[in-house]
Amino acid sequence: MSKGVLVDLTKCVGCGSCTVACKMYNARSWIDDRAPSAGPSALLADENWTVVRKVTVDRDGGTPAWRFVKQQCLHCEQPACASACFARALQKTEDGPVVYYPNLCVGCRYCMVACPFDIPKYEWGRSLPLVTKCMMCASRIAEGQRPACVSVCPTGAMTFGDRGALLEQAHTTISGDDTYVKHIYGEKEAGGTSWIYISDVDFSKIGFKTGMTEKPLPSYTEKYTHLTPVVGGAWGLVLAGLYVFNKRKKTVSKRDVDARAAAGTGEGDGTGTGDRP
Amino acid sequence: MTSIDNCAGPAGRRSWTFRMTPARGLLILLSLVAIALIAYRLVTGLGTVTNLNDKWPWGLWIVFDVMCGVALAGGGYGTALLVYVLRIETFRPIARSAMLTSLIGYLLVMAGLFLDIGQWFNFWRPVVSLGHSSVLFEVYICVSAYTLVQLLEFGEIVTERVGTRYHAFFRKILPPLLIIGIMIPTMHQSSLGGLYLLMPDKLHPLWWSPLIFLFFLLSSFFVGPAMIAVETALGGLAFGHKVPMEVLTRLIRVSGGALILYLLLKIGDLAVRDRLGMLFDGSFESVFFLLEMGLGVMVPIAISFSRLAHVRAWVVAFGVLVSAGVVLNRYDVVVTGMISSTGSVYWPAFGELAISIGLVCMGCLAYLFICENFRIIEEAAE
Repeated sequence: MSKGVLVDLTKCVGCGSCTVACKMYNARSWIDDRAPSAGPSALLADENWTVVRKVTVDRDGGTPAWRFVKQQCLHCEQPACASACFARALQKTEDGPVVYYPNLCVGCRYCMVACPFDIPKYEWGRSLPLVTKCMMCASRIAEGQRPACVSVCPTGAMTFGDRGALLEQAHTTISGDDTYVKHIYGEKEAGGTSWIYISDVDFSKIGFKTGMTEKPLPSYTEKYTHLTPVVGGAWGLVLAGLYVFNKRKKTVSKRDVDARAAAGTGEGDGTGTGDRP
Repeated sequence: MTSIDNCAGPAGRRSWTFRMTPARGLLILLSLVAIALIAYRLVTGLGTVTNLNDKWPWGLWIVFDVMCGVALAGGGYGTALLVYVLRIETFRPIARSAMLTSLIGYLLVMAGLFLDIGQWFNFWRPVVSLGHSSVLFEVYICVSAYTLVQLLEFGEIVTERVGTRYHAFFRKILPPLLIIGIMIPTMHQSSLGGLYLLMPDKLHPLWWSPLIFLFFLLSSFFVGPAMIAVETALGGLAFGHKVPMEVLTRLIRVSGGALILYLLLKIGDLAVRDRLGMLFDGSFESVFFLLEMGLGVMVPIAISFSRLAHVRAWVVAFGVLVSAGVVLNRYDVVVTGMISSTGSVYWPAFGELAISIGLVCMGCLAYLFICENFRIIEEAAE
């Protein structure tokens, strides 16, 4: 059963413990001068696999309120990045995580362009750079543990479990409480993601991409990649046929011309191009 | 034929020539600057030489060196199709030079790609991994295979002078190579557009289309004759050799036909997706799109089917407009059409520009050297 995480944004207080746990477990360094991992200008980066961004929103009455948005890879059910990778350096595992294999990576960055959520980042400062992103602590999940960030959350804003069960839980929560927005982010976006969010503020107001396609992205290229070899092969046969046909036509007409020349009609100079490729 | 005397006919000559001129001196200088920058980039990484960042993972090298390089080299497979498969003898005089430009173009594309990838020592990895779900895999396999095929095709020309005892062999394998060499580009020209099928939420709707691969294929076909028009004009300056007007007129009318088909498909596509309104909404995307379609497609159609098609200068204008239109189209897909979803603007750094320019200079130098020492331009004059 594929695992996932349900994030209840109403419960997050923005302490940033999850970002610390992530850095410790994945041996990432602190780069707060160029990309803070918490606060209003928090930014995902090569060393920041997860961040907690503080957003100030106007609630209904016009009173400003803080919301804290944890960001990391959403681990799509059918990831665009994995289908985009021509070296299979990104793979969706059965457990749920989308894992990156640096030894396979060529560094073309098509995954970064393809990701609908702009998650993969690059080590621009290194001479032999790699792509980096959250891997949902795949090795911890394989051992039956929760991802590092989930395990340290003091307010229980994140729940780890089977994605199907989490979706049911999310539906129960938002239908039983009027303060919640009636939308589960990640249920359908880009064909569904392993990480899903519920919130009491409209998702578009707190930095989520909304209105995106609900079709799994790899389905946009599947037909194309399956059909091209067939179309290409057929086209090759047509070309070969035309080649043989036209070459023969030329040879035949040259023979006619030569025959007429031999007969003294004076047409053709005998230097035809029939012998050319 | 006095016109070919300038172009050192290798028959009977044994010494290699390369005539130095101030223009060629400049090409060499720019190439040397690029080589120095390439060394610096390989040692220090991408962040130091380029303006690429997490918001703009792809930039000038992908747009120009790869996307435009492959499209502009499309003249090779188009001409091969017309001359060797359809046997339209009118176009034979330009076949060798068009296919040489294509070969050099692809070598530059490979160089550009090699510089752009971060783990360049891993360039061979996809052959083993076989990531066939990726459109990029098709591009990768086809571009590599086609470059190899073109090198083998070029063997026929090389062995006219060097290693002549292998000449018969290269002539023998030429027909299948020519057919493979037309089949493969048809596939990867479209695949370069197919890369963007995956980005319906990121690429602006004026360019994103489920048919984008077809647009890339068609444009690579009609830009071929346009590039030949430009090349033969430049070749005329360098070697004093002029391709007969009737060849060029017929050629750009082939291109004009494809341009009309392209225009109709583009309009039809926008209509079906209900995006025609976006054409005149005044956004910067609409301006770029109209510029691309107006100057790069509609004006050239007018030139190719009017009496202007018989005037050499207008044929060159046709070539420049269509080529510039295709370059703009690729730039729009990779950069302009992604600005809104990215929320920031990308502009190439000096290092990116200098390396791209230097690579083109190296290509020009190679072209000039080969023309002077092998039978490229005068093949028609035998």
